[in-house]
Amino acid sequence: MLNSTLCELSAALERRAISSVELTRLFLDRVERLNGALNAFITVDAQRSLGEAHAADQVRAAGGAGPLTGIPVAHKDIFCTRGMLTTCGSKMLADFVSPYDAHVIERFASAGAVLLGKTNMDEFAMGSSSESSFFGPVRNPWDRARVPGGSSGGSAAAVAARLAPAATGTDTGGSIRQPAAFTGVCGLKPTYGVVSRYGMVAFASSLDQGGPMAKTAQDLALLMNVMGGHDARDSTSLARDAEDYTRELQTPLAGLRIGLPREYFGTGCAPHVLARVREAIAWFESQGAKLIDLALPNSGLALAAYYVIAPAEASSNLSRFDGVRYGHRARAYGDLADMYCRTRAEGFGAEVKRRILIGTYVLSHGYYDAYYLQAQKVRRLIARDLAAAFARCDVIMGPTAPSTAFPLGANADDPVQMYLNDIYTIPAPLSGLPALSIPCGFDGAGLPIGLQLTGSHFAEARLLGAAHRYQQATDWHLRVPAETPL
Amino acid sequence: MPLSPEQIQRLARLARVAVSPEESSAVREQLNRVLKLIDELRAVDTTGIEPMSHPVAELIPAGQRLRDDEVTESDCHAEYQPVAPAVERGLYLVPKVIE
Repeated sequence: MLNSTLCELSAALERRAISSVELTRLFLDRVERLNGALNAFITVDAQRSLGEAHAADQVRAAGGAGPLTGIPVAHKDIFCTRGMLTTCGSKMLADFVSPYDAHVIERFASAGAVLLGKTNMDEFAMGSSSESSFFGPVRNPWDRARVPGGSSGGSAAAVAARLAPAATGTDTGGSIRQPAAFTGVCGLKPTYGVVSRYGMVAFASSLDQGGPMAKTAQDLALLMNVMGGHDARDSTSLARDAEDYTRELQTPLAGLRIGLPREYFGTGCAPHVLARVREAIAWFESQGAKLIDLALPNSGLALAAYYVIAPAEASSNLSRFDGVRYGHRARAYGDLADMYCRTRAEGFGAEVKRRILIGTYVLSHGYYDAYYLQAQKVRRLIARDLAAAFARCDVIMGPTAPSTAFPLGANADDPVQMYLNDIYTIPAPLSGLPALSIPCGFDGAGLPIGLQLTGSHFAEARLLGAAHRYQQATDWHLRVPAETPL
Repeated sequence: MPLSPEQIQRLARLARVAVSPEESSAVREQLNRVLKLIDELRAVDTTGIEPMSHPVAELIPAGQRLRDDEVTESDCHAEYQPVAPAVERGLYLVPKVIE
């Protein structure tokens, strides 16, 4: 059961081979046994989970079950959950209990899924290693001395170690895909506007997008059927008809045009990562896909543009944490301004403060045009490159990250070195495009490697279909870390 | 251009985040690394390029949706205030701002 896909679990529940209460207990027991070593979860409420499982069993008995009814799902601790802690990995929100549920949480609840717990993450989703959490670093199940990537590192580690059959994450510059690559799981960042941001703690609002993490592409499709869709409470949620994200799972690969940007296969990427990625691409070619050489001449500027735009939006979004309406407040202070300054100095960690200060700088008088407006113009150049590429191909493939998982603390003193992890994942959110990471092999040390597939707007189903075909022919996605045996 | 210690203090004031004298030099050193990265943008020719603030604006020709100007929520303060650090009689408490 622990290594089963959502489809298999759904079938087992439907033929009454197991109940949701039993299934939920199985995963809760495993979380209890292994979470101490991995620190993947911040909050687990077994009683609540079992209550939801019991309710799901009753729904099934009454004949009202859907594909996810009774299946435990872990949620990144950035999604607000009514009556349960939502910390966003920060001291600022360490005691915050939301008075309402995020849209994504509501959708899973109405699909009958069981909330298994809230997963650890980089503070306010700012990071690529899940080390900046106020609740301590998450460890990579493949090697506990290494990071799981970030910021959705808790969700990634939970799925990789089979503590949860599936999880949610959020992606601003790569926060679903890079941890998916580092832990050998699958993760999808949908097209901007497909998943509602209502109740998802905001980091950079023109980039943030929630998405699913699971063992297989097919599972991602099932999760997207729940997560996707219009929500009037998010003004950037796109009003579109509901989609069935499983519809292209059987589409043949013959004729698929795969774009290979030169810039993604250069010296910046570790050779063993490139070797596995090239093998995966060769497999697609063997199935009749056509490989197309591409150039994305402005992609080298994506990191710089992102580290202006994201901190600018963050500095604005995080101004809400003032110690007045919710969250931490300093114990001792003088006047109002002093209360704000001390509250925020105490409540935020070092990386969050850095980004607030950078964001404040690029938005300040005299620098706005040179940095912020210029970054938005460069953003358009990057988006244009990708739009031109998708006139010639259906999917762009390359590595998800330039290396495999690195040791804890390796990038502690150099933020820019840490930022380089996101070099291949940033162009998609800058352009609002969907992108997905799937496992495509291991390096010499036994660490997972991710293949990234990027599509044009609303091409999620096509990406998931291509990934599913690959997973029918390979078993990288079913391997389990030796440190967390089944 | 690297930030001076005075600029760091000015930014900290603008952002309402206290940066102590002990932290200041480490913060400055790390911010300057980030500035070096983003300074790459300054040399790019963007003449005639429109800034892009919304990633999929071209997919919504009618523009970003606005809701009707109607009251949709009732008074929720009893639900919202239990998570506030200091409240009294339904009011949020802050240090005195007017003498």
